[in-house]
Amino acid sequence: MEPLLEPLGFPFFVRALIASVLVGVICAVVGSYVVLKGLAFIGDAISHAAFPGIVAAFILGGSFYIGAGIAAVGTSLAITWVSRRGGLRLDTTIGVLFAGTFALGIFLYSTIEGYVGDLFHLLFGYVLGISAEDLMALVLLGGAVLFLVAVLWKELLYSTFDPLAAAASGIPVARLEYVFIALVAVTIVVSLQAVGIVLVVAMLVTPAATAQLMTARFGRMMLGAILVGSGSAVAGLYLSFWFDVASGASIVLVQTGAFLAALLLGPKSGLLARTARARLDPQPTMRPVRPAAGLAPPTAQSVATTTHPMTPTGEQAAPIDPSLR
Amino acid sequence: MTVGYGERVALEAVDLEVATGSLLAVVGPNGAGKSTLLKVICGLLQPWRGKVETLGKEPGRLAKRVAYVPQAEAVDWDFPVTVADVVMMGRYPGLGRLRRPGPLDRRQVSDALGQVDMLEHRGTQIGRLSGGQRRRVFLARALAAEPDLFLMDEPVTGIDATTQEELMDLLESVAAGGRTVIATTHDLACAAARFQTVLAINRRVVAHGPASLILDPDLLAQTYGGHLLTLGGQTVVLDDAHHHEETPHQVHYHEEAPRRR
Repeated sequence: MEPLLEPLGFPFFVRALIASVLVGVICAVVGSYVVLKGLAFIGDAISHAAFPGIVAAFILGGSFYIGAGIAAVGTSLAITWVSRRGGLRLDTTIGVLFAGTFALGIFLYSTIEGYVGDLFHLLFGYVLGISAEDLMALVLLGGAVLFLVAVLWKELLYSTFDPLAAAASGIPVARLEYVFIALVAVTIVVSLQAVGIVLVVAMLVTPAATAQLMTARFGRMMLGAILVGSGSAVAGLYLSFWFDVASGASIVLVQTGAFLAALLLGPKSGLLARTARARLDPQPTMRPVRPAAGLAPPTAQSVATTTHPMTPTGEQAAPIDPSLR
Repeated sequence: MTVGYGERVALEAVDLEVATGSLLAVVGPNGAGKSTLLKVICGLLQPWRGKVETLGKEPGRLAKRVAYVPQAEAVDWDFPVTVADVVMMGRYPGLGRLRRPGPLDRRQVSDALGQVDMLEHRGTQIGRLSGGQRRRVFLARALAAEPDLFLMDEPVTGIDATTQEELMDLLESVAAGGRTVIATTHDLACAAARFQTVLAINRRVVAHGPASLILDPDLLAQTYGGHLLTLGGQTVVLDDAHHHEETPHQVHYHEEAPRRR
């Protein structure tokens, strides 16, 4: 027990532990939607876009959260706005804004004379250095994010799954998209201290992706993501304390380990499960129904019925067997 | 009413009135504007010119009384939801903010699943269903919403004959109950045999009347133009059930298209 209890004697470690578990939970909740909406790349872009805001806040002596928040929310809404206008593919827009905003951050950073200290922490996180005030801000902002997701739970789920039908039934899908992307931005800002700009996307995506491999229910996926996210936050933080290594990287590595384990052992994608299935049922995909001996061979007419008039040539009919996915 | 996408006109000068309790098939070649018409009716698309009223109000105003079922290719079938979860989504708009589904909603979901004969699959992840079963689930979601107007985009395309008959029986009883069903279809035989009225469009309204209209060769020629082939007295429509305008980046495939043997 000693190695587990000893770090708890340090207030900074307790603060860091609370902060990283909170970040793990918030990122898992928001990340479940991010994964299903296919927005992982947007998450990465928003975190990089926060960089110039943080540097500007430092130069002007303002708050870290306000600087990062303005930059991240602004960029996220700009991405959504540009993508809804159309004309360019979404990933193109993101690529441009992603690099552009990050470059602005580096540009601003290079104007600060003789200042290098915190760059490493900004990029890769330093949760062990979190102050009591920063922890308070994390609790408030994170709580607000969780509250909004709880309020919008079913509307977000419906508009993620089937946006057309949801919009037709009166759910304000377009407005929800802006609200959600702003939630992603706030989530990223509160997570920066823990894992940094470069790794924050892992907090959003990896626990949710791990959980998606384990279950076919949305509620359970979110719960699983919360367990993976908070569990790896605790494990990663202890690893970082014991071996004196970077905290953000440790947390993300534990998550990545959990993801790989789910990939190998999970019930759906599980490579082990798949080989086991294949052994039990060597040909699960298609069992061609051959006409029994003695029956007439296919006539011209029956050939014509199998060539569906609505199926253009060259397109394969997709097998429905789920084990093929 | 005239509507389009970007610079392109999709439907021009459409003047149309659909009576309450109709069972209307919308037919026409690809790009004729069938799906567009449904989107205008439910308020997803704003007409460029002219006026549209849905249930007597501006489209979208009474959205909770309208159930729109998009084409099956439009959703991610790997999404972690079960059959019952999807049908429950039909109840969401009527619940209002903050309210969670209650016993009444669960009963409605079970009823709807019973009507489409999918109760035993209620706990199945949707990706594990066959094409016909998927259509049943989407119809159940529409039924669970208890709407006055059903807008169905290709509800019977690419499914087996039995499922098609069962779905049409259900839509028939929905219309008999005084609710309105507007469905697009590529299946002219089904349109003629199972619908009360038919609307033939090709960017404009070609004809609107009793379902038997669609068997008139002149009308078919007007609607389908070059897609028509006459073979020894039988008319064949050369057309496929593809729509690429919405999701150009998504791969979609033919559910239950005949398997290669």
